[in-house]
Amino acid sequence: MNSKKGKKTKTKMSIMAKREEKWGLLFVAAPAVGFLLFMLYPIIFAFLTSLTTWNGAKGFQGMLDRFCGFDNYIKLFTDAKFWQTLLTTTIYLLGIPIGMIIGLLCAMGMNRKIPGVRVLRTMYYIPVISSLVSVSILWAWVYNYDYGLLNTIIKTLTGLHGPNWLGDEALIKVSMIIFMVWKGLGTSIILYLAGLQNIPRSYYEAAMVDGANGWQKFRNITLPLLSPVTFYILVTTLIGGFQVFVEVQVMTPNGNGGIGYSAATIVFYLYQKAFESFQLGYASAIAVILAIIIFVITLFNFAGQKKWVKTID
Amino acid sequence: MSNKDNMSSGVTSRKDKSISTIVFILLALGAVVMVFPFFYMIMTSFMTKNQYLSGQLKVIPDPWVFGKYSEVLKKGNFISGILNTIKVEIPVLLIGGFTSSLAAFAFAKMNFRGKNVIFMGLLATIMIPFAVIMIPQYVMFTRMGWTDSLLPLIIPACFGNISMVFFLRQNLSSIPNDLMAAAKLDGCGYFRTFAQIFFPLMKGAVGTQLTLWFMAIWNDYLAPTIFLRSEKNWTLQVVIRSFNTYYSIQSDYALIMAASVIAMLPTILLFFCFQRVIIESVAISGIK
Repeated sequence: MNSKKGKKTKTKMSIMAKREEKWGLLFVAAPAVGFLLFMLYPIIFAFLTSLTTWNGAKGFQGMLDRFCGFDNYIKLFTDAKFWQTLLTTTIYLLGIPIGMIIGLLCAMGMNRKIPGVRVLRTMYYIPVISSLVSVSILWAWVYNYDYGLLNTIIKTLTGLHGPNWLGDEALIKVSMIIFMVWKGLGTSIILYLAGLQNIPRSYYEAAMVDGANGWQKFRNITLPLLSPVTFYILVTTLIGGFQVFVEVQVMTPNGNGGIGYSAATIVFYLYQKAFESFQLGYASAIAVILAIIIFVITLFNFAGQKKWVKTID
Repeated sequence: MSNKDNMSSGVTSRKDKSISTIVFILLALGAVVMVFPFFYMIMTSFMTKNQYLSGQLKVIPDPWVFGKYSEVLKKGNFISGILNTIKVEIPVLLIGGFTSSLAAFAFAKMNFRGKNVIFMGLLATIMIPFAVIMIPQYVMFTRMGWTDSLLPLIIPACFGNISMVFFLRQNLSSIPNDLMAAAKLDGCGYFRTFAQIFFPLMKGAVGTQLTLWFMAIWNDYLAPTIFLRSEKNWTLQVVIRSFNTYYSIQSDYALIMAASVIAMLPTILLFFCFQRVIIESVAISGIK
């Protein structure tokens, strides 16, 4: 009797479960199909294209006709411009620790009982929500050699003509880093501030009883307990840092990547190869390398999280 | 003993206060540096060419020129750029917002085989740089004949936004599962459970996510610049960038700045209105 009843509920449950499954799959179908069509298929296609010298002509047959194996990758290896743009992209990444340190300092300041914290936070955050094209245009104007705000200030203060911020192969990288730090600072401040507010006050009180000084408290409580936030910022900004493009196209004259290609990033090079010289195969090889770099960062994310991130419990 | 304690705490709090004052001054100075470029941008848009090309540090327009804004609005591409951006925003936010909320509901509150695999698969796509898939997408959209329209910006986005799905799923996890069980017991269909019970509960979170999405579409540049071949389809950011290329040769920076100010206005206004929730949702992403 008992087992019969149990069996009955079980079959009934499974009918309901089937129904739920059907509806559940239907509800997630749109993003799942979107993923297959606009993400997975393009990734596979990018890899296949990277094995050809296709220029977009004559459809897929034209692509197959131009199969070249791993030639593009071999060519990339000796392509000075590829290495140059990869190096420039890496140099820009220096802005990440700079932004994180300034962001942490600002957040610690805002975590004190000072007036107008909300207004300050908003002011630091405005660049983040502003259009990248607009602020790139704005900073190109600020950096303008003859009439820009920066050189006007320098001239007024010192009487000397300021440097050519966007016209010098080395300085343009510094200018770009300053711009990127300015643009992204608000995000790290907000993330760090939230992280700081999450640290229980009792930890600091206990440390005070033990006679810890400010630096010891920072070193042994604040920094380790902020490690998840630090890690999150590091990974997201690293992934973003490898995709810098708009700044370069908008801030360099005629979107040429700067004098001697000095400001060009890897995505900028990819874009030019693909959409200006229509070397789709070669550009796809760059894209695949980029995907591998991002994938490695993601792996590092998973591996490193266990090793370095400390949580409260 | 207790007296000494009081004294020392009095000293620290006085010391604390002066540190706080110094911190406040430094932060305020930093904030001025952060927003000064914007201030200068607005001021430049009201200056005469003679003034901003004088090389002298005069930040306040003298005289004030208000004509640049109407000049920008009269330039053929500008209004059409705004309209094109809106033509992308509306269908994407309506349809994409719907598909994303529905999927988030299923991921958070329903049980079905493959749920976690699908979710993790979708989540992984956040890591995929657009630069990696832009060439195949371009080839695909060209073959479909979409590059002479706004469809490349609209159709893929209508399938949903993964980060929105992720945030809404997090948001739904705070709503008790009993509600789902009760709806099931009452024989309420799954779609009705979503539409009449859960959607109203996550309205706020959906609103925040749509606001962020609106800003992302408004500010998007790379995809439009690749997919929109003809000028008549250019979205606002592409138009602004072409303004910059064209008018900086003539040193018409007032016009360029006026155009950029108008282009930034909607996102800045939205941010001021929904500051608290926007900042909250950014902060949550770091703590998880």
